[in-house]
Amino acid sequence: MALLQDPVRRRLYDHVAAQRHDVSRNEAAEAAGIQRTLAAFHLDKMVEGGLLDAVFRRPEGRSGPGAGRPAKYYRRAAGEFAVSLPPRDYVTAAEVLAEVVEKAGLDPSDAARAAGPVLGGRDLFEALAGRGYEPYEDGDALRLRNCPFHRLAEDFPPLVCGMNLALLEGVAAEAGREARMDPAPGRCCVALLKPMKIDI
Amino acid sequence: MHLAQLNIGRLSAPLDSPLSAGFADALEEINALADGAPGFVWRLVGEGGGDATSVRPYDDPDVLVNMSVWESRETLFDYVYRSAHMEYVRRRREWFQHLGEVISVLWWVPEGHVPTVAEAKERLEHLRAHGPSPEAFTFRKAFEPREAAT
Repeated sequence: MALLQDPVRRRLYDHVAAQRHDVSRNEAAEAAGIQRTLAAFHLDKMVEGGLLDAVFRRPEGRSGPGAGRPAKYYRRAAGEFAVSLPPRDYVTAAEVLAEVVEKAGLDPSDAARAAGPVLGGRDLFEALAGRGYEPYEDGDALRLRNCPFHRLAEDFPPLVCGMNLALLEGVAAEAGREARMDPAPGRCCVALLKPMKIDI
Repeated sequence: MHLAQLNIGRLSAPLDSPLSAGFADALEEINALADGAPGFVWRLVGEGGGDATSVRPYDDPDVLVNMSVWESRETLFDYVYRSAHMEYVRRRREWFQHLGEVISVLWWVPEGHVPTVAEAKERLEHLRAHGPSPEAFTFRKAFEPREAAT
């Protein structure tokens, strides 16, 4: 996390992490308002530190001889970091409790509804980002790139995805949308849909 | 090796009851989704039907079974939890009772082998008796095919 203390670096990281595409040095430099060489320096530092992954490929639309050498692109690292000082281990606690809840056949929905985010004057994007979701628009749906409960959701999918849906129902309704289960590989299980228009 | 799975559920109301309609009406769509899913190999179908609801291999006639074979753990996982199927998993308590014991088992089979219901019941019993092992395991504690081959 010390890697992200530098505000310039932080801006670069935030930009790369928020994109659905791999980000070139030029794009990252522009987004952070700094020179390309400085951006490259910081981006590579973050690759070294494991926060970003680097990939090499030819820029879009160029191929064959004369296309030039592959350019370097950046994306958020696939790995997961959890930092707490002093050390705390909420993952193990969550896993043990999830196991018990599942065995007992309990439904976490009501408790989750009460613990969900609220708009509180923010727009829906901000409210979701504040809880670690990474929202993006996909047609009429608002989808979430990041699952804040990823590891737990992999081990207890019905329990944790059901909890997640209940967490987001309230804030979705506040924003005039409906939270629905709409999972696919590689994204969060919940989508926030605009209500269907009914023509009479 | 391919991955076989069995899961069982005890209906809260008969399959033809209005209380089970949300489940019964979705069967055709959800089974079609499985048939077309990446990695799908085979699923159990009762005689003269399109699904396995007529197969009642337990003394308790309200216990339904699902059985299928997939190319890998990932393809099965993506179908069960990362597709439209998941909404029905989430709503399972509307139609099925909580049994308080293990109701789902995975095991490796040679490619081309079609598991029998008796074999599947044995695997579930094995998992219940011994916990996850290469012979019978769960998504959370899965084993590789080579560990099962020995």
